[in-house]
Amino acid sequence: MDDAALLQRVVAGDASAFRELVVRYHPTLVKVARYYVGSAATAEDVAQDTWIAVMKGAASFEGRSSFKTWLLRILVNRARKTGTREHRQIPTDPVDPRQAQRFDERGMWREAPAPFTDVIDGRLSSAPLLAAVRAAISELPEPQQAVVTLRDVEGLSTEEVADLLDLSVANVRVILHRGRSKVRDAVESTVRGGE
Amino acid sequence: MALTKNIRCLDAVALISSYLDGGLGWRERRRLEHHLAGCPACTAYLDQLRVTVASTSTLTPEDVPSDVLDGLLDVFEKFHRDQD
Ligand SMILES: [Zn+2]
Repeated sequence: MDDAALLQRVVAGDASAFRELVVRYHPTLVKVARYYVGSAATAEDVAQDTWIAVMKGAASFEGRSSFKTWLLRILVNRARKTGTREHRQIPTDPVDPRQAQRFDERGMWREAPAPFTDVIDGRLSSAPLLAAVRAAISELPEPQQAVVTLRDVEGLSTEEVADLLDLSVANVRVILHRGRSKVRDAVESTVRGGE
Repeated sequence: MALTKNIRCLDAVALISSYLDGGLGWRERRRLEHHLAGCPACTAYLDQLRVTVASTSTLTPEDVPSDVLDGLLDVFEKFHRDQD
């Protein structure tokens, strides 16, 4: 059942529909909240408070945006009010210093990468691979974790992510590049380990 | 190809994530595609990143701790009981 249909049931008091929405989105809410607040416990509180607000405000959802966008907007507004974390410097240089080590002084690969497709074709969603991706994302520093989660896990557009997190589109692209390249490293280790 | 300045692998790799998202301007896209056409290593990297992003999009949500779920459901039931 899609989100909008579940929300209609939530309005009618259907607890199992509410449960399903929480199961779908709670982990993402916690990750995004973590971008704004100083501790994991506070992020969890903000995410839970968001669900209370959703339950009380479900009837007022007008469907002008998707449920997902509406939900994330509620979360971000609450997290911002709660947030005490000093925002770290947002990287703007597209060349990741960590990645730069893989190139020589002429900017050429020291060791050429090999395509993944040949190795893991058909195993794209294999359990060890997905476990590695999941672990790599949870180890990303903020804002990479929030950006990769919203863009690549939840499928928001780059523009939506920028709007939600109050970043420029260019910043989101740089952050995404850095986060994805770390997730790629994790996939590569799994692929190599599995050979 | 005087118009298409060749870029280094280091610079090409920095463009690939945005390239996958269709986020490059035409000049950058042209430069990157020109580079990729002659560079198997960066083409392999493009494949790696594409596979990585595709795998990420298939992730299912992590489990919500049962005490969190139970707590929220308690509040939900109480809220709707009070409404009646
Ligand atoms: Zn290259």
